[in-house]
Amino acid sequence: MSLLSPRPSERLRKGLEQRKGPKPMVRTPRERLNRRGSLETNADGGGPKGSWLIALILCCATLATLDQTPALEPARTAVGEVLSPLETGAAMVARPFTGIPEWFDSRDELRERVAKLEAENATLRRQVEVTDYGRSKLAEYESITRAAEDLGYALVPARVTAYGPAQTFNRTVTIDAGSAAGIRSDMSVITGDGLVGRVLRVTKTSATVLLIVDAASVVGGRVGGEDRSGKKSGQVGMVRGSGVVAGRSDAGLLSLDLVDQTAAPLKGDTVITWGDGRAAPYVSGLPIGEVTDTFASVRDSSRTVRIKPYVDFGSLDVVGVVVPGDTMSDRAVVTPEGELR
Amino acid sequence: MSQMETRANSTGPLLRHVLVGLLVIIAVVLQLSVAPAFAIRGITPDLALLVVLAVALTRGGQAALVTGFAAGVLLDLAPPADHTAGRWALALLIVGYVAGRVREGSIAQGGQGRPNALTVMVTVAACSFIGVSIFVVSGLILGEAPLTLLPTVAISVGYDLLLAPLLIPAMLWLLGRGDL
Repeated sequence: MSLLSPRPSERLRKGLEQRKGPKPMVRTPRERLNRRGSLETNADGGGPKGSWLIALILCCATLATLDQTPALEPARTAVGEVLSPLETGAAMVARPFTGIPEWFDSRDELRERVAKLEAENATLRRQVEVTDYGRSKLAEYESITRAAEDLGYALVPARVTAYGPAQTFNRTVTIDAGSAAGIRSDMSVITGDGLVGRVLRVTKTSATVLLIVDAASVVGGRVGGEDRSGKKSGQVGMVRGSGVVAGRSDAGLLSLDLVDQTAAPLKGDTVITWGDGRAAPYVSGLPIGEVTDTFASVRDSSRTVRIKPYVDFGSLDVVGVVVPGDTMSDRAVVTPEGELR
Repeated sequence: MSQMETRANSTGPLLRHVLVGLLVIIAVVLQLSVAPAFAIRGITPDLALLVVLAVALTRGGQAALVTGFAAGVLLDLAPPADHTAGRWALALLIVGYVAGRVREGSIAQGGQGRPNALTVMVTVAACSFIGVSIFVVSGLILGEAPLTLLPTVAISVGYDLLLAPLLIPAMLWLLGRGDL
């Protein structure tokens, strides 16, 4: 009976123990095997446990020392080999439950997270957009450099910073280069595509540019190519703007009033500026646009040629101002050799 | 009396050791794989420490000492661990020793084998603090930069206290069953 009974009178046993007195050395091997609730361990801790404690602490120190060398790597590998599958299995089994903490996320936390993600999203989107913009800007600068090479003029690169409002009926833009960059009034402004306009007035750091689509803009133009009769054209006329950038059927188109009323330029002929190469307002040889159609006005017996400009005035960004080759500028000047100075 | 104990003990030691070993392995695996999902600011509950505590409260300091050492070595060597081996071993070993002393103390004061709930909770708090502190401080000594010290220890102790009422009774029951 007493063999089967897990707990005989504990007080009795305690009494027995105390009467017997502590015999740690004898009981030690059994102490940790004793059944729950029994009082076989020494109340004062005893010697054997102390020695065990010291031995195991020394073991820890040994482990820590060994770990400074690769000696423990096999042990780590072995434990990993055994425990990794268990961990994987446990993680897999617990996966439905590991999502539970997310349910307890408060509304504030979620809102905060949404705000954070939105901010991150905005940053990334801006980066992407700016990347595109930077690429196109680089392309524009490259085209400016190419234009300088093609045309043989020195150019000061500048960015369009402001458009004149349409209700003023002036087609003007502001660029971010001024007198400090060597820009004077009546200088020609171009992009890689062709003529943009001329500088109206200059401040120290900015300049106002009159676009050739402005109704008040008059540019001397020469038709390249050959006319119908087969002779070299070179017809000269005045290119005027329509004053409209967009919105009408003739939006952005220029008109060319030829001096020689009988001349009939072909569609697709290039119109370039004429001048003596140095003279303001427009230097010669800058491409303006190409002929789209020609019509004679019966009323005033003149012939009007419509020209589609090469430059897209709706999306001007990087432009170049044609400057004399020896201009002193606070920024890089693109030389006719295509180099920066 | 001693003969009776010998007989009684000879029937079950293997089962008990296997039971404790299983508990330790389960705790370590859960602590490493599942607990991180419930981490508070990256700090997971120390399940192995609770197992060592339960062993200390049922089997006494000697068994807890060995269990703590074994569980600590396992934690030190199990896959994600990259700290110097022996740190958890030392921490859990001392935890086992201290918890064992608490049990002996409560028994010496005339209590039954099982300490009351308040004692258990205080023991859990103290041992959790001691264990995590030893781990952190040993890291400091060995030059393995720990996290911010005090908040980490505080959260860890709080988490262990939170889990103790759920896990300790279950483990005490389980280890008690193993005794029969």
